[in-house]
Amino acid sequence: MFKKLLSVCMVVFMLAALCVPMTSCTKDDGVFRLGVILLHDEASTYDLNFIEAVNKAAAELGLAEDQVIFKRDIPESNECFEAAADLVDQGCDVIFANSFGHEDYVIKAAKEYPDVEFCHATGTKAHTEGLDNYHNAFASIYEGRFLAGIAAGMKLNEMIEDGDIKAEEAKIGYVGAFTYAEVMSGYTSFYLGAKYMCPSVTMEVQFTGSWYNEDWEKNAAIALINNGCVLISQHADSMGAPSVCEDRGVPNVSYNGSTISTCENTFIISSKIDWTPYFKLICEKTQADEAIPADWTGTIATGSVALTDVNTKAAAEGTQAKIDEIKAKLVDGTLHVFDTTTFTVTVVTEGENTMNTKATVDDNGHLTGYMADVNTDAAFAGDTQVVSDGYFHESEFRSAPYFDIEIDGIELLNRKY
Amino acid sequence: MKTNSNHTREPLFHLVKRDALPFQKALLIRVIAVVLAVVLCALLSVALIGASPIKFIGTLFDGSFGSSRRLWKFAKDACALLCIALAITPAFRMRFWNIGAEGQTLIGALAAVAVVHYLGGSVDNWLLLVLMFIAAVVSSGIWGFLPAIFKAKWNTNETLFTLMMNYIATGLTSYFLMVWTPSGSSVLGALPFGHLPVIGHEYLVFILVTLILTALLYVYLNYTKQGYEISVVGESENTARYIGIGVGKVVIRTMIISGAICGIAGFLIVSALDHSVTTTTVGGMGFTAIMVSWLAKFNPLYMLGTSALITFLEQGSAQISTNFNIDSSFPNMIVGIVLFFIIGCEFFITYKIKRSDSHKKGEKIK
Repeated sequence: MFKKLLSVCMVVFMLAALCVPMTSCTKDDGVFRLGVILLHDEASTYDLNFIEAVNKAAAELGLAEDQVIFKRDIPESNECFEAAADLVDQGCDVIFANSFGHEDYVIKAAKEYPDVEFCHATGTKAHTEGLDNYHNAFASIYEGRFLAGIAAGMKLNEMIEDGDIKAEEAKIGYVGAFTYAEVMSGYTSFYLGAKYMCPSVTMEVQFTGSWYNEDWEKNAAIALINNGCVLISQHADSMGAPSVCEDRGVPNVSYNGSTISTCENTFIISSKIDWTPYFKLICEKTQADEAIPADWTGTIATGSVALTDVNTKAAAEGTQAKIDEIKAKLVDGTLHVFDTTTFTVTVVTEGENTMNTKATVDDNGHLTGYMADVNTDAAFAGDTQVVSDGYFHESEFRSAPYFDIEIDGIELLNRKY
Repeated sequence: MKTNSNHTREPLFHLVKRDALPFQKALLIRVIAVVLAVVLCALLSVALIGASPIKFIGTLFDGSFGSSRRLWKFAKDACALLCIALAITPAFRMRFWNIGAEGQTLIGALAAVAVVHYLGGSVDNWLLLVLMFIAAVVSSGIWGFLPAIFKAKWNTNETLFTLMMNYIATGLTSYFLMVWTPSGSSVLGALPFGHLPVIGHEYLVFILVTLILTALLYVYLNYTKQGYEISVVGESENTARYIGIGVGKVVIRTMIISGAICGIAGFLIVSALDHSVTTTTVGGMGFTAIMVSWLAKFNPLYMLGTSALITFLEQGSAQISTNFNIDSSFPNMIVGIVLFFIIGCEFFITYKIKRSDSHKKGEKIK
């Protein structure tokens, strides 16, 4: 009897949960609050970078601890909407989400709560969605990658001069997450930076098919080293590749932040997006009741693209000075990362293995035009001409990268979409 | 030659299997376990994150009951977990260790999304929903059928088989996401078609369907011939054979049912919640469901309680992470500690510790 009673109680308990009236309990106490939705937590270098930027921005703006609310481990599903709505309930005035797959669910929240500002990193839809309170942001990280590539190229030159390798053996290995514009733009600009210093450089890219998988990233790095790569860089979020490099004594150019604490002998430099300026911007604009740009691209000039200190133990001599010199050229516009004269492209429009079909090239293989898929649509068709004035205009027509050309000199060992 | 030692040394304690404990007493042991676990967690929270026990426990409750929205989310999450736990229960009852609910649910979700992807917009919404439902149930049913037929015909190990089927489902999902998103982002986003109609609250349909399923499964397992057959096969295959039950047939039929319920879960997740699929759509619920089912002794009605408990812990710990602004390791530890106590207390319900006779006071070893 007691068992049955208990069962009935449980059922009643569940039903009671349903009967609670759907009242909105939005806190509107006039206190400004920032809500941050994260895909993972501090264990991921990608998310840690956002957390650190939020904390820095909050400190600089003088926000109290309870004015910033983090939601960690939010998957790219309806849970993201749920988290956003809960942040609205807690009185957040501006809500930020950090993962690409969050986008549609953030848009859903933006439609449901027109009085709250929603910002989303790495997304692509704000400039076509037409919502006043939904915004995308990214940074011209390709500039940072290029500068990191400079450091890599100098290291390769040093190895060649020291007789460790021959010039034609200057091969970089790159561990990428997905064969996707954000990653392709990253490794290509990194490669072009290295090539700027070391013209004989080639590169092999191994994709893992995951943004965060320590074992796969380790295995990919090992495979690349065994393949003869003498320097490794990566675009994935775990410590997999850097830790393999430290074990094997192979120089590593990192991403998202310094790995010097665990890789003191092999870490050269790391580029990263510093989100602090953006967090400050959205907080200030929201507090002042001014519009946040629909699609914001942070640059080296705004301080959004940052490089860590050079590890002099691993880097070639004079690296910092050279980086400063090139950086100045990037800032004043005398040097463009995707200068079409610095690389060649093979276009294959016929046969089974078509390549770079959206690109047009001249007789020498230099890029003359590219129709990029800037406006997201179901067909993924190219819609915007992004090559002009002799360079590829990355992150200018929208903040998220759209450079997805496979240039000569970089070999893709596999593809993971 | 020590032939004179004709007695064996006994350990200080030994374990004795209990006779069935009265329900109230067993419940008391469980309640004590939960209380002890919470006390330990509160102490740890003082030591590690400097939160007072009251604030800690308050936050735990705040996660699920802090607002009507959280209550709805709590009910929805518990139901999602419950739905998948319902699916594995028939199989577990016949001691078929199906740890493939994750994959069975995912493949159902994938099939439903495939229908939306290829037919969305070109057929009526109701027809689309029907097709999604059929696709999900059939494909999940197949995911359950495959390990079952191998078990029935060749006695393969169902634990490994169902586990491997999870990876195949994940792999297929990655593959189709790649095919469906030529930009290479592998993010499909929320699809505009194939949404279940919203009645009242957006989660209400999901919750009601799960509750109805719970009742149906309870009746099926306890009051039908097939349910009885499952129990007999679970108790002893030889007995089942002796009384004329076709064991292979029951295994296959039950696993198809298991898979099909996973398919319903997958369909509901796609049509009522996510409108999309990723490799993490099921997010480990297929494994957590095993605990829900096990803790409830494979009784669908008790599973209402166990799924609510686990969801309560998960939401509470997420709230701790948010309110105390810490990473998820400490909250995960909390969930682990509570579950450890709950599972551990089952030991004391099944066994009692007795001091060995030879060590009792006053007795000398001769």
